[in-house]
Amino acid sequence: MKRRAFLEASAAAAATGSVACRRRRRGLPFDGELIGPNMELGHAMRDLQLPSASTFEPVDVVIIGAGIAGLSAAWRLAGQGFKNFVVLELEEVAGGTARAGRNHVGAFPWGAHYIPAPSRDNPALVRLFQECGLLESNLPGAEPVVKEQFLVRAPEERIFAYGQWWEGLYLRAGASVDDEVQHARFFEEVNRLASWRDARGRRAFAIPRAKCSDDPEMQSLDRQTFMEWLQRRKFTSQRLYWMLDYSCRDDYGSTLETTSAWAGLFYYCARKQLRKDGDAKAALLEDSHPLVAWPEGNGFMVEHLGKACEGRLRTGHAVTTIRRPTEGVLHVHAFDVKTKAAVGFQARKVIFAGPLHVANHVIPSLWEARPEGLNDFIHSPWLVANLTLRQRPDEPGFPLAWDNVLRDSPSLGYVVASHQAMKDHGPAVFTYYYPFPDADVRASRAQLMAMDWKACAQLVVDDLKKAHPDIERCIARLDVMRWGHAMVRPKPGFCWGVALQQAREPVHGIHFAHTDLSGLALFEEAQDHGLRAAEEVLASLGYAAASWR
Amino acid sequence: MSDDMREAGLEAGAVAEAVPQVPALQAPLLFLSVLLIASCGLIYELVAGTLASYLLGDSVLQFSTVIGVYLSAMGLGSWLSRYVQKGLAHRFVHIELAVALLGGLSAPVLFLAFAKTQAFRPVLYTLVGGIGTLVGLEIPLLMRILRQQVAFKDLVAGVLTLDYIGALFASLLFPLFLMPRLGLVRTSLVFGLVNALVGLWSTKLLRPLLGGVFLLRVKCLVVIALLAAGVAGAGRFTLLAEEEIFQDEIVFSKTSAYQRIVLTHGRGSFQLFLNGSLQFSSADEYRYHEALVHPAFAALEAKGLKAKRVLVCGGGDGLAVREILKHPGVQEVVLVDLDPAMTEMATKQPLLAELNRHALQDGRVKVLNMDAMVALGDMAPSLRFDIAIVDFPDPHSYSVGKLYTTRFYRLLKEHLNPEGFASVQSTSPLMARRSFWCIAATMEAAGFAVRPYNLAVPSFGVWGFSLASPAPFAVPARTLPDLRHLTDETMQSMFAFPKDMDRVPSEVNRLDNQVLVHLYSTEWKRWS
Repeated sequence: MKRRAFLEASAAAAATGSVACRRRRRGLPFDGELIGPNMELGHAMRDLQLPSASTFEPVDVVIIGAGIAGLSAAWRLAGQGFKNFVVLELEEVAGGTARAGRNHVGAFPWGAHYIPAPSRDNPALVRLFQECGLLESNLPGAEPVVKEQFLVRAPEERIFAYGQWWEGLYLRAGASVDDEVQHARFFEEVNRLASWRDARGRRAFAIPRAKCSDDPEMQSLDRQTFMEWLQRRKFTSQRLYWMLDYSCRDDYGSTLETTSAWAGLFYYCARKQLRKDGDAKAALLEDSHPLVAWPEGNGFMVEHLGKACEGRLRTGHAVTTIRRPTEGVLHVHAFDVKTKAAVGFQARKVIFAGPLHVANHVIPSLWEARPEGLNDFIHSPWLVANLTLRQRPDEPGFPLAWDNVLRDSPSLGYVVASHQAMKDHGPAVFTYYYPFPDADVRASRAQLMAMDWKACAQLVVDDLKKAHPDIERCIARLDVMRWGHAMVRPKPGFCWGVALQQAREPVHGIHFAHTDLSGLALFEEAQDHGLRAAEEVLASLGYAAASWR
Repeated sequence: MSDDMREAGLEAGAVAEAVPQVPALQAPLLFLSVLLIASCGLIYELVAGTLASYLLGDSVLQFSTVIGVYLSAMGLGSWLSRYVQKGLAHRFVHIELAVALLGGLSAPVLFLAFAKTQAFRPVLYTLVGGIGTLVGLEIPLLMRILRQQVAFKDLVAGVLTLDYIGALFASLLFPLFLMPRLGLVRTSLVFGLVNALVGLWSTKLLRPLLGGVFLLRVKCLVVIALLAAGVAGAGRFTLLAEEEIFQDEIVFSKTSAYQRIVLTHGRGSFQLFLNGSLQFSSADEYRYHEALVHPAFAALEAKGLKAKRVLVCGGGDGLAVREILKHPGVQEVVLVDLDPAMTEMATKQPLLAELNRHALQDGRVKVLNMDAMVALGDMAPSLRFDIAIVDFPDPHSYSVGKLYTTRFYRLLKEHLNPEGFASVQSTSPLMARRSFWCIAATMEAAGFAVRPYNLAVPSFGVWGFSLASPAPFAVPARTLPDLRHLTDETMQSMFAFPKDMDRVPSEVNRLDNQVLVHLYSTEWKRWS
């Protein structure tokens, strides 16, 4: 009898359990949607015969792509008083992977979300910061000082491990003496490399990377994986591996095994600030540059740079092909998404500021010009989700920081978009980042693109539940961006390879500007390529322009 | 092993013929229950001793008396065991359940007894005596049950070994894991649960001695359910109990989106607590609020200026506003306090509204429920104040710490007239000397001329403030007549700092370092 009661009870329990499961599976207790990018249109450009234009609007320069590189090119041209250009953008909004969103709680990024404070070695970025009113002081001969309210405010980062949150990104709790020794030894190596100078006084790692030394010894770092470099130097600490793998995933969407050692070290060495310049031997190293961030992430810069192309930005314009009817004339064929009509531009110069895999499809002559290497560019897919929260989740340990990292997760954790808005209570937006760092990017991309909203949302919630068991009831909305080609991947041999060198060269009046050309998807690289391309174009059109770079 | 046991069983069987046999294999499991009940017994003793020390102080006296009563009661229980003649197993299960209830509920009962009754000590010693007696009964009964199974020498050795090992186990577990992780209430409930589970388990182990076990098991399950519910609800209870420990009657309590607000009343005064920490006592708050408000006004008047527009940051209790409104020239007061529940209480709760003389209902006062950093950032640049009174909680967290940064003080300065004054609550220069001077250094870095001052507020101790202005100024000499604490002389004397509170060099607190939060928590740790 009792046995029967037990069986009945457990049957009942199993039944309610399965009902609960089914209810969970049927729907999540919040809304949301998949946001672009416009993949159908992108693929249509590749696969379909979109109509060609028959009339051509004359213009001196066409900039293709309104990401940071394209907008920076426009900013440079406008800065020269050169106004005869248009910017064509496939998406409905400018910004590329730096674009931002906004809702009733506040603004949030859809991708890139901070910039390290610029050093005076990077005058272009200092100029931009000055123009945006971000600098407290910018005295000749001194490092520029960013206003306090734009620096990432404390607490900057925390990590979830052993069931609670801890301050910082490197987990000190439970670290052995050997872990600590290796951690310190790694940073000694970083300091050594950061203060290294070649015969011409160039740094091994500088921002933008165009200023890096091309010394063969440093180039050799690019021919090994970061993991191989670590193992050769007898680094074995799993904690150190974790931290470095995290930074590879964070900056490049790749792992210790799929990132070149040069790129992996760039992350740590390039942002070191020198106290005494010019004296390499006595150089004392300071901390890394502080980070500058806004609630809307690098959307802040998109908005500012966008002012340079006011009235000249055409969003929803998919460039289908670029032809050269005669020497010195370029025909840009585009498809206006709204009117569903072909639009043409006749330009003297084109700045192609889109990713290189798109260039492949719209510039038929590119294959002839560059037989090798275009397939060398591979891009990491990413999933980015913005979680609009009614309230903040309960949590044990160190309080909510700007950057919140889960140790035992394939994700990068989340950034609190509301943090830089000074808000510490009530509704918030968490921006969650999930890279796909596998070597086989095609398979990862297919996997990501096969996921619908619910699959994406479930992935995010299941991951965050490890640290926030009550996260589901805090979420009011969860929106997802699936970036098929989020950023170029600096695999071994790529950053100093032939393909990259070739890709920077203009082809028949088409100049290129994109982070792809650095192998490092960083704001500074996008800006530098935009400025370089704009200055190349200005020079070729006969303008005597002093370089801003 | 099983061979040894079987032999032992046979030997025991030869001794006691008349009694039904317990299958020999279960003896080791019964030994295991000795280990468990020994642990439980010691835990109850530790819970009672700790709780009494917490609530009554004098831990040596409390632990000695609790241990004394407990051990003697165990002796009583052992002696009483001789009167238990038959149905040993049945009685044993019942005793387990009784210990489970009495021991399991001991911590919540004692908390309530302290808060609700005048008879904490009688309840304490009765409870300790009761648990001790029952625990004293457990082991003799179990030994008599096992005597029929195990040779006497093995029995005594086994039971006493496990009894003492269980005690060691419990005495290590209690301070290292249970207290920090579970707290007193949950610990006692969880071990009550262990006792009840031992009871339920015994109905299986002792089955051959028990006959019908259905009713017994129902009783066990009822006790288990009761205690399990207690464990689940312990969080809420702890909050309740801790409130009961406020020394006086609670006249208002509310958990807002930002904090827990409690107002207590008793012995001729009342007190406001936010998240359990005292904000003011009506007995001496006038010292604090007079010192917070009037020196700034006095300094402005020394320049021949009158304050018309005043900003208050924090201070949702309305007491600073009460002092501000004593200055007849004041035309507008803007109060920025994060928590609407706080300003609403200051308006509607009769005791508090009377104490602040209905200041928040004055037509000149405008209340903004916003984070002060966000409010100042959003404020029109043209809006400037003659006086700013800054009265935030101490910088115990990053979200409050940001209101003590150069960024906040720069914003404050932007909204202050060039000739105006700000007065800032700056924690205790005695208890948190480095934190106090860090605040002054931070204000100086933001471009203020700063003159810190201090006074004694009995509820808090020695307390400090920072008087600041964009322009250099002298210590103010004259204040309002008819204040309760401040006179011209006492006001000037506040600006002197004894040697043990005098200036120490300090880092500047910035948004991107928040050094003050770390400094403050280190300094106050020494006093709590």
